[in-house]
Parts: sequence; structure tokens; C-alpha cells
Amino acid sequence: MNKMPLLGHSSLDDIFAWRPSGPVKVRQFLAEARALAKLMPAGQSLLNVCQDRYRFALGFVAGLLTGKTSLQPSSQSAETLRNIRQQSPDVWCLCDDEFDSLDLLRLDFPDLSDVDANAVQAVPEIAADHVAACLFTSGSTGTPMPHFKRWDQLVMSGQAEAERLGLTDRPHVIVGTVPVQHAFGFESTFLLALHGAAPFWSGKPFYPQDIVATLNAVPQPRLLVTTPYHLGALLAAEIELPKVDLLLSATAPLSIDLATRAESRFQAPLIEIFGSTETGQIATRQPTTGAAWHLLPGVRLTQEDAYTTASGAHVEGEITLSDVLELLPDNHFLLHGRHADLVNIAGKRTSIAYLNHQITAIPGVIDAAFFLPDDNSPEGITRLCAFVVAPGLNSRELLTALRDRIEPLFLPRPLFFVAKLPRNSTGKLPRNELQALYAEKLEHAGR
Amino acid sequence: MSEEITPEAVEALLPEIAELIVSALNLDVTPGEIEADAPLFGDGLGLDSIDVLEIALVISKRYGFQLRSDNEDNLRIFSSLRALTTYVASQRTK
Repeated sequence: MNKMPLLGHSSLDDIFAWRPSGPVKVRQFLAEARALAKLMPAGQSLLNVCQDRYRFALGFVAGLLTGKTSLQPSSQSAETLRNIRQQSPDVWCLCDDEFDSLDLLRLDFPDLSDVDANAVQAVPEIAADHVAACLFTSGSTGTPMPHFKRWDQLVMSGQAEAERLGLTDRPHVIVGTVPVQHAFGFESTFLLALHGAAPFWSGKPFYPQDIVATLNAVPQPRLLVTTPYHLGALLAAEIELPKVDLLLSATAPLSIDLATRAESRFQAPLIEIFGSTETGQIATRQPTTGAAWHLLPGVRLTQEDAYTTASGAHVEGEITLSDVLELLPDNHFLLHGRHADLVNIAGKRTSIAYLNHQITAIPGVIDAAFFLPDDNSPEGITRLCAFVVAPGLNSRELLTALRDRIEPLFLPRPLFFVAKLPRNSTGKLPRNELQALYAEKLEHAGR
Repeated sequence: MSEEITPEAVEALLPEIAELIVSALNLDVTPGEIEADAPLFGDGLGLDSIDVLEIALVISKRYGFQLRSDNEDNLRIFSSLRALTTYVASQRTK
């Protein structure tokens, strides 16, 4: 059976991670992962909701050592947990905070401080075809869609990114503001660290001052993995910025203005990553040098009609992208927006179909439709609104019911109660009708 | 600036912070409708972390201090309008 090493560090005494208490060596990490593996329940499906990046890494690797699969849903709402349990009845939770795990079996993060790091002699190897992780997209029927990732795909992804970013000869310390469970954070703060042999910061700084303090707490060279949103707030805060050697952004479109300001304030290149949960990351670009994206080595694109399909390298089989692409020579392409129905708010993705399914499933709702108004504030966040026909419900009742089903970011703001929706003769809701209804409602609200 | 803050001082600052939240987030309520002790997250206004970042930015500019999340206080600070106002009153430098 083909096996691949657990991590790419050249020595057991390399620094694996930085925690508030100081650096952690590879051998210490491996000893703790081995100890954690012994405490894990038998269930094959691991829902690792650790907030701390280092603890997540321990849970993930302990899972690999015991043949488990890490389930990484895009939301942690009660509805999602129920769905996941239905799909994987043996699921259990690894938690390091007060996470509400409903009635799932859970393991609260144990104290591993007394392990013997010197007993670790070698880096373990993992079967290349082991299903190591499962990321989810919100399917249009309301059930999260699983996307399985084999160990060899994860290794290739981490190695390709490290190579593209030029980290292989000079490992940077990775500081991430994004959660490690979601695709971008998983790839660019965890897999990149594991297979680019780059130490990472265990926390997830949030406020501008947190990000600055964290960067100052780790040695150079430094890589900041973030989103346009955190980056915008960081630059707007008017505080002194520490030296950063490379900036990495994804999850939402980055304006050229923000990219230019970020590079000038940090005196460092800003690289953007393109990918999807289905394909993983597939391309990068430096927005200030051009709009074209450069495919990662081995990834191929083909087009039929309006649709583009990705394959090769770590991409599983052939995957049709939900974005509209224009192919250019030499493995480059331009991005021209997304196919209808998909929405991305502050980096979280979902589809209008999914949201409509959730809102119309609420007792008392006769008809409803979510609507994403045209984007009018490039750096701000355009929020979804929803039109609902529900004579017996008030706004508070409806939002409470909705909050149990969807991520807070997708809650309608505002929510409009209407007598009926402007459905056409085939029952469809043309976007221009919704846009007109939206304009009319706004006018009524006096804006 | 971290001496005792009187309840009266907090009470007086409440409308200003409420106004700031509503205008920063373009919310669908009037400042007067935000209940001082109702949760800002979840069942109350339903704010999320992106909103928190936005409010933090406006607060840092208006009141001259940076918020930090490296303590347990972060959730408490944003637990209600009154909690946030109390925190601003204790930390402000302008």
C-alpha cells in the first residue's frame, strides 16, 4: 500500500507551531497526537470543532493515526449537526470550548502535557488512499453535500501551495485570521503548515490590535493568511503595522484598491487564492500585477458551453466550477463572476435555493424567497434580504426559527412581509421582479 | 481611564452607542428600539462577527482605543448594549 509522510518537516526538532506559551517542536506535537489518539472514541467520523489551531491539528493528526475521517461542515448550526449525524451516525465531537454539541458523543480536549516527546523517533506515514477529510457544501435541498478528500490529495495541495508561494526554501510563520475547519483556512493555515514545513500560530486573532500583537509575537519571516474583510479593518485601524513578508487572501473578492493599499502599507506582496470546496485551491494571482489567475501545477481546465471543468493534481476526477471563466494561454484564466444562485457573504458560501428551502420549511411560512440586492458597496458587505408570506408570524418569531436553520450571516437584513410573491405563470421568480419589489420596499421604508 | 464608572455615566452614553451601532451596520431599527439589556447576538439584534469587527472599528476611531479579544471579555463586552457601553466608558481616551 502506498504511504505518504504525515508532515514535511526535515527534523523532529523543527518548530511545528507557536502557542502563547512558546514554540512547540515536531516531536512534542507527534507525542501529544499519539497520546490523544489513545483517548479517542471508536467512531470513524470525527467532528473537530476545536477553536485553537494547534488543538485542531492534534485532533486531525490523531484521527489520521487511528484511521478516522475529519468532518468539516461549513456551518455548525444545530440543523447541520442533525444532518451530519443522519449521514454519519458514528460521528463524535472533539471540543476545546463550550461548543453546543447537542446530544452527540463528545471528547473535551484532555491535558496532554506529560507526554514523553523523546520517545518519538520517526514521522508516521499515512496510507495515500485514506479518506482523511470531508468538507461540505450546502446542497440545494438542505442536506449538506459531502466532498471527500484522500490523504494524497491533501499532501499534494499543501506541497503545491508551499511551492507556489515560495515557502519551500524559507518557511514562514503562518498567522491566520480564518477558521481552520473551512476550506481556505484548512488549506492555507494547516495543510500549508504541515507540508510546507511552516510553523503556525495556534490562535485566530480577530481585531486589528490582536492581529498586530500576534504578528509581533512570532519570528520573521511571517505570512498573514486573511480575508479582504479582516484586511480592510486592519488597514482602517490606523495602528502601526509589524513587518509581514507575504499576505494571502481568499474567500471573497478583493478590490484592487485594497490590494494596492495593503501592499504599500506592509511593503509585501499580496497573493490571492482561488478555489472551491469541491476542487480545493486551484489558482493564485497577485492582483496588483494583473487580473489573470495562474493555475497550480498539474491542474487542468476544459470548457464546454458556459461551464468550466477542473481536473488533475489534487482535484478529484472532473469537477464543474460554479464560476464563469475565460481561459488564457499558459495555464492562466480570467474570472467573470459566478453562475446564478450562489451567494458568498463575507467568505461564507451558500445558495439561494438552500436558503429558500430552509425558510419555506418553517411552519407558518406559505411562500418565501431570499434575494441578494446588487452590490453597491465594494468594501462593505451586501446583505441578503428575504420576502416572506406568513400571515400568522411576526418578524421576531420568524427570525428565531430561521436562526436555528441557517448561519447568522445569511439571516435576511431586512426581512419583508408581503401578501404574495411576484411569481410568473410558471411559478418562477424573475430576478427583475424581485429587484423591483426590493426597490419599492426600500422606498416605503423611506431610504 | 479605568477608574469606577458610574451607572449614570453609562446611562448617559447609551443613546450614543446605540446610534453608532445602527448607523455603522445600517440596521433596520431605530437606536431607541435597541433594548439596553437584550443580547446583541442571537435572539436580540442577531449580530455576527463581521458586525462586531465593523462596530469595533467605529468605536476605536470615535473613542480612541483598540478592542482586544485575547480574553474571555470579548463575548461579555458584546453581550448587550449596556455591557458594550460600560466597556467603552471604562476604556475611552477621548
